[in-house]
Amino acid sequence: MILTTLEYVPGKNITKHLGLVQGSTVRSKHVGRDIMAGVKNIFGGELTGYTELLNESREEATERMTAQAKSIGANAILNIRFSTSNIAQGASELYAYGTAVVLE
Amino acid sequence: MVDLIIFVVLLIVGYVFGQAIDQTHYRSIRKRESLLRNIPLIASRKLPASFEPCKTELVTGNVVISVDFYKKFVAGLRNLVGGRVRSYESLIDRARREALLRMTEKAKALGANYVFNVKMETSSIPSGRGDGVSAVDVLAYGTAVILERQAPLIQKVEAPSPGMMNLRPR
Repeated sequence: MILTTLEYVPGKNITKHLGLVQGSTVRSKHVGRDIMAGVKNIFGGELTGYTELLNESREEATERMTAQAKSIGANAILNIRFSTSNIAQGASELYAYGTAVVLE
Repeated sequence: MVDLIIFVVLLIVGYVFGQAIDQTHYRSIRKRESLLRNIPLIASRKLPASFEPCKTELVTGNVVISVDFYKKFVAGLRNLVGGRVRSYESLIDRARREALLRMTEKAKALGANYVFNVKMETSSIPSGRGDGVSAVDVLAYGTAVILERQAPLIQKVEAPSPGMMNLRPR
């Protein structure tokens, strides 16, 4: 599976467009991390726990998108975009989407 | 009175540690940026034709950076009169540059020469009580381009032919 933010894959022709594929996950911060974050909010600096949490969540969203693309027979996803939204107090949605295509 | 003392202590602690972290982070950012200068980040969506054959790979980098007590207080005061919030500017600038650096580091590990179509995504993580921003999350992502043969960076510019010269507006 080729994942790219470009609109094409260099050197390869697109034989079929299969439309939009997407993957999303909603994550909440957990209390232990929240207490640490509260302390860090006084001193400043990077919140490593959150960085990891969001990184894992984005990977999860990307995996779901890839699984969807695989199930419809695609071998590449073009023009991938990521999006983040706060849907409720303390929970965010990580969303990945792109165009599934078949490359020759 | 006790509350006021706690507040002042938090403010001083926030200022001292916040500034120290700010400066250390900026130093580290500048150092790593100079090391990664040989991998240009390009916002363009199309590769030059001379780049083919090449391999591409999705690369991402993210970071969550917290505000400190002093920054939050200063921004709160700023909210009363409006205008430029300098304390948050350095925060978001650090987060953006750090995310880009992490992305570029991943591209470097893949042996990439360029990162194309770089996009940024910013979101804030509100604190539990919802009283303003407590941390900012930045994601940078793009397509790492690994050239299979070294393409010339700048194409040779040919001298304009006499025919072209005539087309120049007078």
